[in-house]
Amino acid sequence: MRDLDFLKIFLGILFIAVIVLSFVTGKPVRGYGDEFRIFYYHVPCAIVSFIAFLVNLIYSMKYLRSRYYLDDMKAASAAEIGIVFGVLATLTGAIFAKITWGTYWNWDIRQTSIVVLLAVYGAYFALRTAVEPEERRSAFSAVYAILAFIAVPTFGFVVPRLYDSLHPKDTLVSGGKIALGGTVAVVFFGSLIAFTILFFWLFNLRWRTGLLERSRMEKSYE
Amino acid sequence: MSELTWPAKLIALVVKDFRVELRTRYSLNALIMFALVTLFALGVTFTGQNLTFRIHAALIWIMIYFAGLQGLSGGFVKEEESRTAMALRLYAPSSVIFFGKLIFSLLILTILVVFLFPLYYILMNLEITRIWIMLLVLILGIFGLSATSTITAAMVSKANVKGALFAVLSFPLMLPLLLVAISATTVCLGGGDSQALWDSLKIMIAYPVIVTAVSFLLFDYVWNN
Repeated sequence: MRDLDFLKIFLGILFIAVIVLSFVTGKPVRGYGDEFRIFYYHVPCAIVSFIAFLVNLIYSMKYLRSRYYLDDMKAASAAEIGIVFGVLATLTGAIFAKITWGTYWNWDIRQTSIVVLLAVYGAYFALRTAVEPEERRSAFSAVYAILAFIAVPTFGFVVPRLYDSLHPKDTLVSGGKIALGGTVAVVFFGSLIAFTILFFWLFNLRWRTGLLERSRMEKSYE
Repeated sequence: MSELTWPAKLIALVVKDFRVELRTRYSLNALIMFALVTLFALGVTFTGQNLTFRIHAALIWIMIYFAGLQGLSGGFVKEEESRTAMALRLYAPSSVIFFGKLIFSLLILTILVVFLFPLYYILMNLEITRIWIMLLVLILGIFGLSATSTITAAMVSKANVKGALFAVLSFPLMLPLLLVAISATTVCLGGGDSQALWDSLKIMIAYPVIVTAVSFLLFDYVWNN
C-alpha cells in the first residue's frame, strides 16, 4: 500500500477542490437555484453505490467459481459500502426534495426505487446472518447477490422510466451525450472521481479488516 | 426399478408433492385461511366505500402476495423437515427438482387465485372492463411469483430462521413484479390507458423469464450445498 500513498494525498486535494468549487462556481443548471449544488454529491453517491453493487456481483460470481473465502468477504464488504453510499444518496436526495418539492419524502418512483434497492442488500445481510456453516452461507449469499442484481437495473433504469417522476431528468445525459456545460462538468466529474477513489479505498480497508477479524476468530478457537 | 426419463421424473415429483399436499394440507390450508381472513378484514373495513381502481388493484395483489408468502416456501421446507431432501437429491437431477417445485408453486398459487379472485369479485363489488387481459395478468403474476420464490424457498429451507427470512428475501425480488401487476390490473379494472398496460405486460413477461433463467443456472449451488 505504501506506493499508493500519493493517491491518498491526491484524494485529499481533490475533495477539498470539489467542496470549494461546488460552492463558488456558478449555478449548475438553469431553472434551479443554489440547492441544485447538492447534485455534485448526490449523483456521485448514487453512481458509487451502483459501482459497489457491481463489485459485489463480480466477487459473488468469482466466489462461486473459486470457493475461496476471500472473494466472499470482498463481496460482502462491497455490499456494505454500497449500502452506506445508497443511504447517503437517499439523504441528499431527500434534502433536495424538501427544498424543491416541499417534502422530504413523497414516494416519488426514484425514492421508492432506491429504498427497494437498499432492501435488497439488507436482505442479503439478513441471509448472511441466518445461514450456517460458512461455506453454505457464502454460496447462498453469492447466489442471492446475483439474483439481486436483476433488481438493480430494473429499479435503477427500467421502472423509473415507466412512471412520472419529479426527479430532474436529462441534466446528466441527454440523447446519448453528456449534457453538462464547462465548469459544471469539471466539478462534477472531479467529484465523481473523488467518490470512486474513496469507494475503492474504503473497500480495500473493509475487506482487510474483515481478514483480520477472521484470523482473530480462528486464533480464539485454538 | 428402471430409470425414468426426465419428463417422467418431473411429473412424478409434481404428483408426489401434490399427493403429500392433499394428505397433509401443509401449504393449502394455511394459505386459504390466510386469504379468507384478509378478505374478511378488508370487506368489513371497506363496506360502502367507493374504492378507486388503483386501490382495488393494490389490495388484490397485496392479498395474493401475502397469502402466497405463507405457502410458497412449503415445497422445500417440508422436504427438509421430513428429512427427505437427501433422498430427493439422489433420485433426481437438480433441474427436475427446480422445475418440479416451480410447477408445484404454480399449482398452489393457481388454486389460491381461483379461490380468492372470484370471492373478491363478489364481496367487494368489483367491475372488470377488460376481463381477458385481467386473466392474462393473473396468470403472468402467478408465474412471476412462483418463479421468484422457487430459489429463495430452497435457500430458506436450509436457514436457521425460516418464515421471516422467506418474506425478507422474496420481497425485493417480487416487488418489481407487484408494482407492474398493480398498474396492469388498474388498467384492466377501467383506469389508466392501454399504453401503460402494454408497458406493464412487457415487464410481467420479461422479468419472470429472466429470474427463472438465472435461478435455474444458480440452483445447483443452493440445492447441492
